[in-house]
Amino acid sequence: MINALEKEMKITLVNLTNNEEGFILSIEGGRNAISKLEALGIRPGKKIRKMNSQIFRGPIVIEIDGRDIGLGYGLENKVLIK
Amino acid sequence: MKKIVLIGNPNIGKSAVFSRLTGAKVIASNYPGTTVGYTKGILRIPGGEKVEILDIPGIYSLEAASRAEQVALNMIKEGNIIINVVDATNLERNLNLTVQLFKKFRIPAVIALNMMDIARHHGITIDTEKLSRKLGLPVISTVALSGQGIKELTGQLTNASIPEINFDDKEKWNLIGAIVEDVQKTEHRHPTFAEKLSDISVHPILGLVFALIILYISFWTIRIIGESLIRFVMDPVFNVLYEPLLENISNALGHDTLVHKILIGNLVNESIDFRQSFGLLSTGFYIPLAEVLPYVFSFYLVLTLLEDIGYLPRLGILLDKLMHKIGLHGLSVISMFLAFGCNVPGALATRILETRKERFITSTLMAIAIPCMAQIAMISGLLGKYGPPAFLTLFGILFIVWLGVGMILNRYTKGESPEILVDIPHYHYPYPTAVAKKVWMRIRYFISEAIPFVLIGVFIVTILYITGFMEFMGKVFAPVITKVFGLPPEAISAILVGFLRKDVAIGMLAPLDLNFRQLIVASTVLTIYFPCVATFIVLLKELGIRDMIKSALIMLCTALIIGGAVNWIMILLGL
Repeated sequence: MINALEKEMKITLVNLTNNEEGFILSIEGGRNAISKLEALGIRPGKKIRKMNSQIFRGPIVIEIDGRDIGLGYGLENKVLIK
Repeated sequence: MKKIVLIGNPNIGKSAVFSRLTGAKVIASNYPGTTVGYTKGILRIPGGEKVEILDIPGIYSLEAASRAEQVALNMIKEGNIIINVVDATNLERNLNLTVQLFKKFRIPAVIALNMMDIARHHGITIDTEKLSRKLGLPVISTVALSGQGIKELTGQLTNASIPEINFDDKEKWNLIGAIVEDVQKTEHRHPTFAEKLSDISVHPILGLVFALIILYISFWTIRIIGESLIRFVMDPVFNVLYEPLLENISNALGHDTLVHKILIGNLVNESIDFRQSFGLLSTGFYIPLAEVLPYVFSFYLVLTLLEDIGYLPRLGILLDKLMHKIGLHGLSVISMFLAFGCNVPGALATRILETRKERFITSTLMAIAIPCMAQIAMISGLLGKYGPPAFLTLFGILFIVWLGVGMILNRYTKGESPEILVDIPHYHYPYPTAVAKKVWMRIRYFISEAIPFVLIGVFIVTILYITGFMEFMGKVFAPVITKVFGLPPEAISAILVGFLRKDVAIGMLAPLDLNFRQLIVASTVLTIYFPCVATFIVLLKELGIRDMIKSALIMLCTALIIGGAVNWIMILLGL
């Protein structure tokens, strides 16, 4: 039930403020997007920290496993957070 | 001969391992996607047997996204032995490739656990013996940039074994997680200076300030080193040592002979003028060695430092939004930067881009709006007397063209522009020997590729003048050259030679006595209208004939429109 609610609200990486941490719930996207993100360690269950975001819906930088990864707004929107 | 393939994620030092193993010279940088094709080298393993080593592009998984990754996947099967290079600072992600690799391919392998120095710096320790037992193959820790562990790696090649790795895909991460848990210890460290700097350099506002400072410093460093080398080294060498020798040859040949015309060229005020004589031994050597080489050297020194420190992907993040306006994403900035050195490596670097649209736009834009260092060096020789405003004018025009043409291409080129997704490398101090080696490789490439073409260019110019062909072409194209561009008809010679070498083309403007407006128009047109032959051949290979024709038509049209517009606007402004 809570899970369903969370999905309803769809908190994605976009909703995180800078320096906020969260756990990845799921990745909503095609196989291609999922495998590209997974290859960089972005997959469900992982702790993720949003470091900062460029203005005008530009890319953001996240930290995962001590690595910095840059990703665009569209991809950012695909990463659901709990 | 047995083949050994180096496999691993992008930007974890495969090329550095390769060049350590073979002593061969390949370019290694600190960003994902440096290697876009494969390189072969030879290594003698213990026991004296010679083996072939293949350095291939990095991959994150066994699914290819870009052309470079496809190259990698095709090469894996070729290997008799695999060296799986693994990034010690990011074990989990790297093992993802490792387990997939050995589930699918049953090839004997060893693991080179690279970047152990950086891992230690980040408080990460890895028990290599345990890892070796877990996976069932030799694991050797290495620091490829400094050479540490490479000997052991070679020694262990004969012990390469086929790991027994089998798992259900759903269980993959549990399996990897268990291994990592068991072999790796992480101590928490306070953020280092490099990490703080990293945060600043991708900050939306501070990052831009930082970028401007970096670019400004880079620009001045390139200029100061380049100018100083010319003034204090190359010019004295040519004027004091070389010119008297050449004068003797000139006198011995007799001033009016054909051989004199070809080797020495025309005398200006009874003496040799390195910029204007246009003989093989005079201008033919002066352009590449005295005018261009110093700038090529200083450019590559600065570029290599920026690359090895790891700054460029960060610039890619900052400029991502801008790049999307022209249908690209931030990482294309790297191709564009490489193109400032020479368009050829810039065009090759487009292979890391995923779609045809991106490759087409990047290639076309760099050919249109990015003058190579050879050309910039020659332009600065001509525009130098007008100071910085002249450069701002020229590069301002080229930037507008880049952006404008880019936006149009983005609108009308079919296909997708994927979003940026980039692993930002840790900043690290460049290793001086690695930098020196890389700069030297690039310089050597320049010398071996450029000098022959420059000499051919200078020779053809002489022949075209002697046969009267230049004069003929001048008459044929006079309407365009004079009416549209406002240049003297003789400028056609520069445009013709520009198909071969842009630096020689700019050099041919020197004797024409052009005013400020004409210099700007000529430099703009010579940049835009067509790539030099070396770039053309690479683009043809990368784009295919149809896209190349399209690209070339865009270039020619842009040159006509922009050349004409700049001429008229400058006349209207009274320049």
